[in-house]
Amino acid sequence: MSLVKIANGTVYDPTNNIDGVVQDIWIQDGKIVAPPTATDVRPDRTLDATGLVVMAGGVDMHAHIAGPKVNLARKMRPEDKRLAPPVRRTPNTRSGTVGSVPSTFATGYLYAGMGYTTVFDAAIPPLAARHAHEEFGDTPIIDKGFFLLFGNNHYVLNQIAANEPERLKAFVGWMLHAAKAYAVKVVNPGGIEVWKGGGDNVHSLDESVEHFNVTPRQIITSLTQTAMDLGLPHPVHIHCNNLGLPGNWNTTLATMQALEGRRAHLTHIQFHSYGGGLGEQSQFCSKTTELADYVNAHPNLTVDVGQVLFGETTSMTGDGPLGYYLHKVTGRKWTNADTEMEAGCGIVPITYREKSFVHALQWAIGLEWYLLVNDPWRIAMSTDHPNGGSFLAYPEIIQLLMDRTYRQEVLKRVPPRVLECSVLKDLDREYSLYEIAIITRAAPARMLGLKHKGHLGIGADGDVAIYTPNANKLDMFALPRYVLKGGVVIVEQGEIREELFGRTLYAATSYDDGVLPDIQKWFEEYYTIQFNNYPVDEHYMTNGSTAVACSNR
Amino acid sequence: MDDIFILIPGRTSRQGTTLNEGKLKADFIEETQTLFMCPDDMTRRGVVDGERVRIRSEFGQVELTCKAAKTGELPPGLLFLPYGDPSSRLMGGETHCTGMPDSKGMDVQLEKLL
Amino acid sequence: MSEAAVMDAETRIVKDATCTFCGCVCDDMELTVVGKRITKAKNACVLGKAWFLNHHIEEHAVATIEGKPATLEEGVERAAQILANARYPIVYGLSDTTCEAQRVAVSIADRVGACVDTTTSVCHGPSGMAFQGVGEVTCTLGEVKNRADLVIFWGGNPAESHPRHWTRYSLMPKGLFVPNGRKGRTAVLVDVRKSKSAAAADIFWQIKPRKDFEVLWALRALVKGVEIDPAIEQETGISLAQMQDLVQRMKSCKFGIIFFGMGLSMTRGKHMNVEAALSLARDLNDYTRFYAKPVRGHGNVTGADNVVAWQTGYPFGVSLGRGYPRFNPGEFTTSDTLARGEADAGLIIASDPAGNFSQPAREHLKKIPYIALDPHESETTRGATVHFCTATYGINTPGTVYRMDDVPIPLRPAFDSPFPSDETVLRAIEKRVRELLRERLTN
Repeated sequence: MSLVKIANGTVYDPTNNIDGVVQDIWIQDGKIVAPPTATDVRPDRTLDATGLVVMAGGVDMHAHIAGPKVNLARKMRPEDKRLAPPVRRTPNTRSGTVGSVPSTFATGYLYAGMGYTTVFDAAIPPLAARHAHEEFGDTPIIDKGFFLLFGNNHYVLNQIAANEPERLKAFVGWMLHAAKAYAVKVVNPGGIEVWKGGGDNVHSLDESVEHFNVTPRQIITSLTQTAMDLGLPHPVHIHCNNLGLPGNWNTTLATMQALEGRRAHLTHIQFHSYGGGLGEQSQFCSKTTELADYVNAHPNLTVDVGQVLFGETTSMTGDGPLGYYLHKVTGRKWTNADTEMEAGCGIVPITYREKSFVHALQWAIGLEWYLLVNDPWRIAMSTDHPNGGSFLAYPEIIQLLMDRTYRQEVLKRVPPRVLECSVLKDLDREYSLYEIAIITRAAPARMLGLKHKGHLGIGADGDVAIYTPNANKLDMFALPRYVLKGGVVIVEQGEIREELFGRTLYAATSYDDGVLPDIQKWFEEYYTIQFNNYPVDEHYMTNGSTAVACSNR
Repeated sequence: MDDIFILIPGRTSRQGTTLNEGKLKADFIEETQTLFMCPDDMTRRGVVDGERVRIRSEFGQVELTCKAAKTGELPPGLLFLPYGDPSSRLMGGETHCTGMPDSKGMDVQLEKLL
Repeated sequence: MSEAAVMDAETRIVKDATCTFCGCVCDDMELTVVGKRITKAKNACVLGKAWFLNHHIEEHAVATIEGKPATLEEGVERAAQILANARYPIVYGLSDTTCEAQRVAVSIADRVGACVDTTTSVCHGPSGMAFQGVGEVTCTLGEVKNRADLVIFWGGNPAESHPRHWTRYSLMPKGLFVPNGRKGRTAVLVDVRKSKSAAAADIFWQIKPRKDFEVLWALRALVKGVEIDPAIEQETGISLAQMQDLVQRMKSCKFGIIFFGMGLSMTRGKHMNVEAALSLARDLNDYTRFYAKPVRGHGNVTGADNVVAWQTGYPFGVSLGRGYPRFNPGEFTTSDTLARGEADAGLIIASDPAGNFSQPAREHLKKIPYIALDPHESETTRGATVHFCTATYGINTPGTVYRMDDVPIPLRPAFDSPFPSDETVLRAIEKRVRELLRERLTN
């Protein structure tokens, strides 16, 4: 029994409508509890939070932190780490490297050091699920889970073509269970299969995928419906077709419309909001206003941003043809890694330059999204780490959102044409601490369906970040005064005090096992490992796991 | 005595199977001490199947049993030796900033043992 | 025993077991186990059969210290003392054990500030460096099975080193887009030696030794439409016409792949040879899908790369001596730290540097205290200050291994061993090392 009292802090807890109220937070055995009524209860530890800002631990709903793609990027880029200050070992903690793709121990420490306590990896091929879980076993402090790639899976495409929604539902349920995954991810639906088959990509929602005779539109709507039918805690998580290409906003809008009111999350929306035509950089412009208007009017949709920040980073994606495109654009080294029956992958180093018109416009478009979506509950902060920039840039983004003077100063340094091609210069909106608390923890937790995360109400996990108020929001959020994980103080003023390991979160799916013989038959014909060796069992979750319930449907 | 051969150490089926019996057992030792040579080279150097030769590199020397390679397997000037203790004794410690010593394609001299 | 059907009291069948002898990591073994022996290994190749059928529990002390039998605890104490008191320790090997054990080994290296390196550095380490130079267009082996119509083996002899590669993954199997299996594929072999693999190839090129780079670079040039002097034939043994023919095949195939062996990574030029192969495959993606992959060796060498990379950020040759990871092949790789006489203690797991390193490296290893974990005797265990006789992964212990294409596969052990697993021994050493280091801090 451990009892912790966070005394007298100024609490921002949007889930419970608490906006800067001075109050105590009590945590018993890792969970938030009501303040004891008896006057003689003495906590085991009291943290004096007088004058400090208290929020739930941050929740990153879309990052790339584990698994084959991330590890290939680590292996490929020693140069990315050489100049970055490393994480040094201490008697209690391990060492690591940083750069744009930190090593596992460093990832856990750095997230926690910034007040983030829950993180999801956004793109794991099912065949490599075991690998992701192994890395999670070496990723300290944070709770974590991952999304599973489905949008180019052959069995999925076959069931859609055959109009077998029940079998599709059973397959998706079984796959999530076999991989111990959290949500359904769709990356460039159909486009990766076209690339793997020797073509270049799909370019619109109604192009047919050769051999499979399905369209991106069918893949999107079928998997969205399947995720709803399974009652998954998080709806389908969509990376639209045509990422990064001028003029792709049409595809993005068409995708939103294709959903016809079904719940869905559109990820790294910044990368999908470009006007202009292919190969015509002169027409490259922002279409955020049009898309944000649509999102504002359609409550079934949520987004995360995928903010671009200036500097060196690594592009890594399940979108194989995108990797090739970036390789051709940048001329830099390129890794492509395709997974049988399931998925693709592309990795390319990238440097976002303030003086580049395209890069600066991407930066501006990200900020437009934060400022043009009216309801902060429907937008989550992300850099699509490390694609737009490292997660370590979150404090910088907070400053850009909370301080319009700072924003305008940066805007003065970018190519002037950016001002003509975006509305950013006209946006005066500044985020409040309450709204920051929404887009960095409360909203992503709600989008993920994590009832015990992102807030400080009774029964919530005792994951808390305590900040020292500062006019400079970058400094305030980069270095929390305290961070608690499950009621244990793990960070004090940026230093890791205790190394503990968070849990793995996955969706507790059920499925009709009558479909297993059909899956097995398909599997044994085309895969190169044994069917029985494919599912990942619980003992890979060496630090504990939480199976998050699906809703009854 | 003076001409330079190029030596390629590599895996063989027998090297792999006898490895599982043990690296200190007779079969593995025999396999990894068997040098394969182009028959034309053997004729030229007066070596017949089963005779012992000494192989010398810049870094070390080993004594091996010579065996004729199948016709066409090895061109003149190329020697093959299954991986093992003897092949490694011919390697130098220099890795040219790779961590990998020159382990294939080594220049060696061959001398028939009398 | 649900999966292992009981045939009688003594005989069991273990299905879907995994062979960890080579990098193919075939997981379709059906083992017949009688007591503590495997009597049959269905589906295994000649190497796999030797791996399984030769495995028997030998009489051996669990630990020996300077050749004398000791208890596990005594061995752990001595091992921890050696490591905690070293100034320049090395941790080496790791390719023939589970990822679970590898993870603990890297942890020990981190705690004591060792150089951690794996057998990758003397296998496809240069391929890892080439990957860092130009990237890699790669895929899992099932992609090859289902799509490849042009398969090139370069500088390797899979018939003898990876006997099931062809039948299970790359040449023979029928796949989704290759319904006729072998008939639907063109196989090419490029090597300096007409090895046993040549018989299976449709096209065999016997190139002159140490000319791999020249041939690969010429192919790159031809792919890009650059003219090549016909004198290339005198240089490399391959005529311009042969090269033009292959380039035509490469550009017009649907899915091509180059599987390269240690003929590239071990021969002078090393990472440059591999960069040429990776670049050629990459360039061909302007015309079709084209891939390149190293054919990796020991059972879990790919797991070793992965574990070292996720824990430190670098794949091999990592120094933790300054309290954080630094990478420098040639400086922190084990061949070098030994041959230069720098290392002053070692922890060697499942490998035999005393038997297969260069002469100067071996000589230095003889002079320093080191710990060896190995189920079998070798030159390395014989010279070890402390030798732990451990259980064999895959046969006696569960765990995870990564196939040569980074696909992680679980192990289904056939029977228990009286010896502890590598992971168990390493965990005990890690615990004791941490105690010793903590004592030092407080004293």
